[in-house]
Amino acid sequence: MTASVDDTTAPDEPSQASDPLFDLLEGFVHELRNAGLPVSLSENIDAAKAVRHIPIEDRNAFKYALAATLVKHQAHWKTFETLFDVYFSLRGSEYIIDPDAQDPFEDMDFDPEAAQQQQGEGGQGSGDGMSPEEMAELLYQALMRGDDTLMRAIARQAVKRYAGMEPGRPVGGTYYLYRTLRNLDLDGVLERLMEQARQQADQQGQTLTPFKERLEQDEFETRIDKLRKEVEAEIRRRLVADRGAEAMAKTLRKPLPEDVDFMHASREEMTMLRRAIYPLTRKLAVRLARKRRHKRKGPLDFRNTVRHSLSYGGVPAEPKFRHPRPAKPEIFVVADISGSVAAFARFTLHLVYAISSQFSRVRSFVFIDGLDEVTSFFEKADDITEAIHRVNTEADVVWVDGHSDYGHAFEIFWDRFGKEVGPKTTVIILGDARNNYHASQSWIIKEIQHKARKLFWLNPEPKAYWNTGDSIVGEYANHCDGVFEVRNLRQLERFVDNLV
Amino acid sequence: MTYRFESVDTVREGLESVDYLADDSIAGIAYLADRLGKPVLVEGPAGTGKTQLAKSVAEMSGARLIRLQCYEGIDESKALYEWNYKKQLLRIQVETADSGGEWTDIQDDIFSDEFLLTRPLLEAITADDPVVLLIDEVDRVELETEALLLEILSDYQVSIPELGTIEAKQIPLVFLTSNNTRELSEALKRRCLFLHLDYPTIEREKEIVLTKVPDISEQLADQVSRIVRSVRQLELKKHPSISETLDWARTLVLLGIENIDEDDAVNTVHILLKYRSDIEKAIKDFTANSGAHFEPAAGG
Repeated sequence: MTASVDDTTAPDEPSQASDPLFDLLEGFVHELRNAGLPVSLSENIDAAKAVRHIPIEDRNAFKYALAATLVKHQAHWKTFETLFDVYFSLRGSEYIIDPDAQDPFEDMDFDPEAAQQQQGEGGQGSGDGMSPEEMAELLYQALMRGDDTLMRAIARQAVKRYAGMEPGRPVGGTYYLYRTLRNLDLDGVLERLMEQARQQADQQGQTLTPFKERLEQDEFETRIDKLRKEVEAEIRRRLVADRGAEAMAKTLRKPLPEDVDFMHASREEMTMLRRAIYPLTRKLAVRLARKRRHKRKGPLDFRNTVRHSLSYGGVPAEPKFRHPRPAKPEIFVVADISGSVAAFARFTLHLVYAISSQFSRVRSFVFIDGLDEVTSFFEKADDITEAIHRVNTEADVVWVDGHSDYGHAFEIFWDRFGKEVGPKTTVIILGDARNNYHASQSWIIKEIQHKARKLFWLNPEPKAYWNTGDSIVGEYANHCDGVFEVRNLRQLERFVDNLV
Repeated sequence: MTYRFESVDTVREGLESVDYLADDSIAGIAYLADRLGKPVLVEGPAGTGKTQLAKSVAEMSGARLIRLQCYEGIDESKALYEWNYKKQLLRIQVETADSGGEWTDIQDDIFSDEFLLTRPLLEAITADDPVVLLIDEVDRVELETEALLLEILSDYQVSIPELGTIEAKQIPLVFLTSNNTRELSEALKRRCLFLHLDYPTIEREKEIVLTKVPDISEQLADQVSRIVRSVRQLELKKHPSISETLDWARTLVLLGIENIDEDDAVNTVHILLKYRSDIEKAIKDFTANSGAHFEPAAGG
C-alpha cells in the first residue's frame, strides 16, 4: 500500500516532484487509505491530473475535484470530508490553500455588527466579556434569525469558553463536543424558539396549527444542527492546531459504514445501515432468481437461431432457445430476538422488512424460547417502526422464562410450519446459537435442510466466540449449507455474493 | 485538443441558461469530465436530476444526445453493434445465384461497414459531430454485461472481431446514471468520475421551483420547499423527488393557493407521494397534535 503511494506521482510528474501540492496530495491519499478507503493507483493519478485543472484558490472546487476522483462510494463521503477538513485546514503558511480561510483564530472576535445585541460591552469587541446569560441570548437571537455568521462566531466562542480544551490532553473530540453542547443547552433553546413562534402567531391573531408548528420546528432543528456542526468543526480545527493534522487524522479514524458492527452501532449508524440494506436485498433477490435461470431451456428463439445460422451459411444448424422466466423464490427467515442479540435483532428485523419488500413470498418467524410467525406484521405495517413495535409486543415468543432456547423454538417451528418447507424454500436462520444449555434438537435442522432448497445460518458473534460457553453453533452447522459470521455490512454483502 | 468549457463558472452559467441549477460539485465535475476526458458516473435516489444533467449538458454545449437505456439482459447486439444478418443472407443468396463469387470475396464483403448496424455506443464514438452519450440506469445490467462498457469508457474505442478496432473521432462526454440498486463493479467505478446527486438543499430546491414553475410567488416556493424538506425527513418508502416537488408546486399554482395550510397539504399530498402508506403517514404527520411529532430521522 505504502509503496504504491510513492510510485504514483513520481514517475508521472517528475517535474512536479518538488511541488508542495503534490506532496500534500500524496499524504492525503495515504491518509484516505489508512482510513480504509480503497484508493487505487489510477484514481490517485486522476486526482493529480484533476487538481491541475482546478484553480487552487477555489477550495470548494478543489474538494469536489478530489472527491470525484478518489471517492467512489457515497458511504465514504463523510470520512472523506472529515479527513479533507483536517488535512487541508490548518497547515504551515506555505500550504495555505484558501486565502480567505487562512487562520480561524484570526477572526476569533465577534463581528461588531453581528454582535449588536451586546451593548456597551465593547472593549476589543471580543466576546470574552459576556456573561453566560448574554451568550445564551445571543445564541437564541442567532437561531431565531438564522444568521449564519453570528452562529459561526458563537460556535467559536462557545468552544473557547465551555470545551475547556487543554493543549496536549489526550482526549477525543467527542468529549469536548459533549462539554460544549451541554453548556449551550440546545434543547432548551429549541423550546424557547418554539414558544416564541407560538406567541408570534398569537399576536398576529392566528393560532399555530400543528402543521405550521411542525414546519417551524424542522426549520429550527436544521439551524441547531448547523450550529452543532460548526462547533464540531471548530473543535476539530483547534485539535489540529494542537496536535497536527497527521495525528488528528489518526484519532478521527472511525470504522467505515460497511465495517460498523451491528451489535454496537450507534443510532446514526443504524439509520445509515438501514438505508444500505435495500440495495443489498435487491441483490439477494437477483442472486436467488438467477440460480434458477440457466437450468431449463424455454421455447425456440427464432431471431437468435437465424442470426446464428449465418455461421453455417444460412442453415439453422444450431437452434437457440429462450430462457424461462425465473420462478419466484420463497424465503423463510427465522430470527432470534432475545436479549443477548438485542442490537442485532433490531437490525435483523430491518433486514427482514427489507427482504419482504423485495420478495413476494417471504415468511418471517421470531423466537426466544417460543416461536411465532410475524409475516403479517411486516406485510400490514406501513412502516418498520410500527412493525417492530408489533413484533416486540404481540408476538408470542416467550415460553417459560424468556431466555433463548433454540431447541424448543425449533420444535415449535417443526410442528407448526415444518410441512410448509418445500424444495423451493430457502431458510435463513439468524442468531448466536447461545442455547443456555438446553437440548439442541439439532435433528430438526437436519430435517429442514433435507426438505429445503438451502439452509443458511447467519451468526452475529465474532467467530472466535463460537462454540464457547453455551454457544452450540457448531452442532447446528453440521446440518447447514453454510454458517456465516455476519457482524457488519461487508460480511453480509459477502454472504449475498457467495449465494450463487 | 480543444476543450468545451472554459472554467467551472462557464459550466454553471451554461447550465443555468438551460434551466438546470448546478451546485458547485455538479458544475465542477462536468468541467473536469471535459478536461480529463473521463466519463461521469452519477448516482443518487430517483428523481434528483441525474438524467436531466446529461440532457442539459448536451443542450448547453449544442451536442447531440445519444442515449442507451440499460435493462436486465441487454447485450452487445443492443448496446454496441450488430451485423445486419438479413441483408447478409440476401447478399449470400445473390452471390450463390450468380454462382461466380469466390467464398473469400463474399466473406470480406458481408463483414464490411455496409452490413454493420450501429447501436448507441458505437454510434457515439463514430459520430463526427459533438455528442453527449448517456448510459442510463447502468445498475440494471448484470455484473457480467458491465464489462462491455469498459473498453469504450477507458479508451473510447470498440473492437469488432471482423473489422478490427474502431477508435473515436472525438471524445464524447459520457454520463452514466445509477439508482444504486446494486453496487457497480470496481473496474467501472475506477474509470469514472463519481458524482452523488442527493436531494437538494432547501435553498437550491426553492431556486429550482422558482426557475421551473412559472408564475409562482417567492413565498409559495419557500413554503413548498420547506414542506418537502419536512416530508423527506419521514421514513417513507419513496421520498418525494424534485420532479414531484415541481408537479406539486404547479398544482398549487393552478389551484390558486397562495398560502398552504393543513387542508391544502392533505388534499394535494398525493401528487407528492405515490404510495398509499406514505400518503397516510404524511397526512397523519401533517395533522398530528403538537408535542406528538414524528421523530425526525436526522438529529434531534
